[in-house]
Amino acid sequence: MTDKPVEEMSFEEAMAALEQVVTRLDRGDVPLEESIALYTRGTELKARCEKKLKDAEEKVAKLSLDASGQPTGTEPFDAG
Amino acid sequence: MDLIDDDAPGRNTPEFSVSELTGAVKRTLEGEFGRIRVRGEVGRVVRAKSGHLYYDVKDDRNVLACNTWKGQVAGLSVMPEEGLEVIVTGRLSTFGPQSKYNLNVDEITVAGEGALMAMLERRRKALAAEGLFDEGRKKRLPYLPDIIGVVTSPQGAVIRDILHRLRDRFPRKVLVWPVAVQGQNCAPEVARAIEGFNRLTPGGALPRPDLIIVARGGGSIEDLWGFNEEIVVRAAAMSAIPLISAVGHETDTTLIDFAADRRAPTPTAAAEMAVPVRVELKAWLDGQGARLTGALAMTLDRRGERLRDLARALPKPESILREAEQRLDARAEALPRALRGIVHLKGTALARISGGLRPQAIQARITSDRQTLQRLTARMAPAMERILTARRDRLTASARMNETLSYRATLERGYAVVRSGEAVLTTAEAAAQAGALEIEFRDGKLAIGGSGPKPKVPKPKPEQGSLF
Repeated sequence: MTDKPVEEMSFEEAMAALEQVVTRLDRGDVPLEESIALYTRGTELKARCEKKLKDAEEKVAKLSLDASGQPTGTEPFDAG
Repeated sequence: MDLIDDDAPGRNTPEFSVSELTGAVKRTLEGEFGRIRVRGEVGRVVRAKSGHLYYDVKDDRNVLACNTWKGQVAGLSVMPEEGLEVIVTGRLSTFGPQSKYNLNVDEITVAGEGALMAMLERRRKALAAEGLFDEGRKKRLPYLPDIIGVVTSPQGAVIRDILHRLRDRFPRKVLVWPVAVQGQNCAPEVARAIEGFNRLTPGGALPRPDLIIVARGGGSIEDLWGFNEEIVVRAAAMSAIPLISAVGHETDTTLIDFAADRRAPTPTAAAEMAVPVRVELKAWLDGQGARLTGALAMTLDRRGERLRDLARALPKPESILREAEQRLDARAEALPRALRGIVHLKGTALARISGGLRPQAIQARITSDRQTLQRLTARMAPAMERILTARRDRLTASARMNETLSYRATLERGYAVVRSGEAVLTTAEAAAQAGALEIEFRDGKLAIGGSGPKPKVPKPKPEQGSLF
């Protein structure tokens, strides 16, 4: 288990951590207190992943460029 | 004859001014040749400050000066490059101020794939030798990028395909950096876009993407040529942001593909590399959630069951106590008996041992031993006396024997001992001086003269005494 707070984890990190937790818990050889702690951490990690999954907004923007080709801002983009 | 013989020079030959002739030549050349195609190898290339391009196209014997005006450069699909075998298309014209003719080129194609490929291969090797394509430089793509930067043309199917596929899999924030995907501006714009994305600040007003896709649809090798340009390849290799190249069809390979962290065969495939499928992740996550809950429930169940089993196996406290009590009772009862028993046992042993310890026994032994002692003591004194007497007798006898036997044999043989008193005289001188002499013979002593001591009566011959 990493020491990184769950809230700062990337989706991938949270995923890997969750998989570890589930695997350990699945083995069933964890002491009871620890298994409850694991479960708690697992639900946190799952919530983190769910949040990342929910955060699936599509937002497409096109950069507007100045004469020298440097970006000046964005404009909505619709490729159709 | 006059007419024929008129030899005044130049009279009948039209006379041109230089500019008239130059103009005529120009008209003739342009009119005669029109728009033509010329094949040759590109020689020296000069790009003037004005933006015009000047270069030579040559074969093994001759050189054709070519130019492409600034306004035409953007329309070239292939930039002239020294050593490249090309077919240039344009109009023949002249440059009067230098008495030169040249071809104004508005289109360049590579003469034959082979030549182009050879050049591409040379360039690839040079860049590879610099290490730009090393595996060690490749960066891992983020599993789930938040922002994807796409470098492509804002028009056309490519960006649409990418956005569609992203939407299907996992909708994300996308920043499109519009670029020309062919022609003269393609390479500088693409390079600038890659560098520009890298320069953005994460989370800024223009947020920096965590993944870049450089994409272009299929086309001829000339169309894709911009993606073979060194500046593009270098920009892709230097990009700190992981980069996917998706240029042309699967069979087209451009140099940016070697420098990219991943190469996608199509723009759609690039989108697939860029993001995972959201619904699959959702399903996976749900599965993990179920396993998590299931595992905990299982853990609790199993422990509960075990607890109940153990509880069942646990004996009743009364039963444990009962046995102990019973044992206690039995022992309590046995205790006094055991004490008595052991006292008795020890008493017996004591009696047995002390039985042999009676004083009479010792007393009797002492008495008997004392009597023996007295008896022996009584016998000791007379025995001693006897021994002493016997020894004394033997000593006396021996002394006597010694005394008598010592010279007796001599007397037997006729010798005599002369004494004066007690002293034995052995010289005549001593005998002359002596008052009286006693001569001892074999059979007795004879006193002579003087008033010497009377001859002793010979001692009676010692009887043979007992040794004891």
